[in-house]
Amino acid sequence: MENICKSYNLGTPVEVEVLHEIDLTLERGEFVALIGPSGSGKSTLLNIIGLLDRPTKGRLFVEGHETSTLDDAALTRLRGHSIGFVFQYHYLISAFTALENVMMPILADRGFPDAAMRQRAHDLLGQVGLSPWANNLATNMSGGQQQRVAIARALAMNPALILADEPTGNLDTKSADQVFQMMREVNRANGTTFLLVTHSPELAKRCDRIVEVVDGRITPAGP
Amino acid sequence: MNPLLPFEWITALRFMREGKMQTIFIITAVSIGVAVIVFMSAMLSSLQANFLKRVLTSTSHIQIIRPDQVARPLRLEPGALEAATVQTPSQRVLSIDQWPAIIAQLRQTPGITHVAPAVQGSALVVRGDASRSVSVTAVDAASYFQIVALPDYLVLGQPRLGADDIIIGIELAKDLGATLGDKLTLRSNTAAGRTVTVTGIFDLGNRGANKNNVFLALRSGQALLNLVGGATSIEVTLTDIYAAEDVAQDIHAWSGLQAISWISSNAQFFTAVNAQQTSNTLIRAFVGLSVAFGIASVLVVSVIQRSKDIGILRAMGTSRGKVLRVFLIQGGLLGMAGSIVGAAAGAGALIFWHGYLREPDGSELFPLVLEPSLFLSTLLLAALTGVAAAAVPALQAARLDPVVAIRG
Repeated sequence: MENICKSYNLGTPVEVEVLHEIDLTLERGEFVALIGPSGSGKSTLLNIIGLLDRPTKGRLFVEGHETSTLDDAALTRLRGHSIGFVFQYHYLISAFTALENVMMPILADRGFPDAAMRQRAHDLLGQVGLSPWANNLATNMSGGQQQRVAIARALAMNPALILADEPTGNLDTKSADQVFQMMREVNRANGTTFLLVTHSPELAKRCDRIVEVVDGRITPAGP
Repeated sequence: MNPLLPFEWITALRFMREGKMQTIFIITAVSIGVAVIVFMSAMLSSLQANFLKRVLTSTSHIQIIRPDQVARPLRLEPGALEAATVQTPSQRVLSIDQWPAIIAQLRQTPGITHVAPAVQGSALVVRGDASRSVSVTAVDAASYFQIVALPDYLVLGQPRLGADDIIIGIELAKDLGATLGDKLTLRSNTAAGRTVTVTGIFDLGNRGANKNNVFLALRSGQALLNLVGGATSIEVTLTDIYAAEDVAQDIHAWSGLQAISWISSNAQFFTAVNAQQTSNTLIRAFVGLSVAFGIASVLVVSVIQRSKDIGILRAMGTSRGKVLRVFLIQGGLLGMAGSIVGAAAGAGALIFWHGYLREPDGSELFPLVLEPSLFLSTLLLAALTGVAAAAVPALQAARLDPVVAIRG
């Protein structure tokens, strides 16, 4: 990210700049914690990195692609192939089973379901230790299980980067630890880059690097 | 997941299955609307078909008769004023000039299927002390029965018209106390009487027609009405019954004769049909609109309920187009499912009414006409209505900002 700024209500008297000249590089295979107080701009930064939102100024490169010139369809495609998401709430699509949720990103990309897709989803569920729950509906699983399915889903397209917005924020300590361990294992096994928004200093300390956002700016921090 | 279905269909079907109650309620609402449309349309076409069948099997499509006789007062020399009172002349029963040549030409005309000459006039029919005035139609049985299906209406006897045969209506037979094989005397005011034998008794389903009409052989009628070798009318049938008015005008143009189409002689029927069709179209339009708004409102709610799912789908790389199609498909499926149930219910209701509503004699009030085209067009229209109704909610879903949607 080069010199990224984000303002809301542009051109109005109540224009607010929430991110100021952010420069940030995530190296391949890194496991980075993004911390900061509420309202500091963490989620906005995560949305910009995840191509869900556009910066007002600055340049963002994802796997070498400069994104400011891409239209919505191209951004969607790049997001689908390069970035996986794990959210704090609303983990899974309730109309589908765990296995189908994991298949969804591949299905959305390729159009028709096939055996290879199903096998890939099975493998990923196995990787997060949920093979026996493959045919359970999302609503019949615990929060921790759902979040592990969400991690498997985020991995479905084998993305370079996974953005996790407080993935353990809504879980008990034991489940939170399991989910964190899971992400760490995936990071080590697959070399997937993780950017993890967290309020937990404990979890942040267990990451490779800590990036702290305060008042829309990155402050020097970390081990 | 069905490997034959693409992402959009799978997602749409799952969303509908998950919102089972909403889906059932809206399909029920669509079904009721479609049932009303199918029932009304089928009932209307049944009644129309019934009327057309009755009209077109008991009369010709075009009847050609002589032009009215007009009085031509003698004129004074040019420039002189005159104040003449011209009395309308009485219309004598006269033959059409050169009718065989006209029939020959009609038979060459494309679109005309059958042509038959007839002699029509009035006479008195007498049996013993009983006598009745009747309208005589004298025809060449072979060609005329191709036009008017009199044999189908016979309740007794044979459709045979020899030189001394007569076919009479059931009411007239009752009035005269006559039955098959009885002799009747026919008298006209222009020629001597004639004794004929009853060979058939018909029931046209109309008391007046059954009481007043008798059929003779053409030559017998010509002799009875003093029109030897003549024909007072030419009856014509067509391949396209709705072209009758145009064909009648053409015939009038080249022959100078009066050509009266069944359409102009049943003008009131067409006025009634038009009124019915207009009200039917209005009802269809309003039912269609309420169905469309019903589907739209359910989908608008569904988009709001599923905004987080839509956000997740968008975040995982689903394009706006695919999200749009997921909701359009739901609209189309709701419309189509509702129309299948509704069409079945409408047809069921019609079959019930058909069995329930009967003439006093137990015969059907109207024939059951269930055209596949009505069901297909209703199905297609309902699916299209569903897709159109889904357009607004689908666009709303496609335009959802994933950031806002996920945050809720």
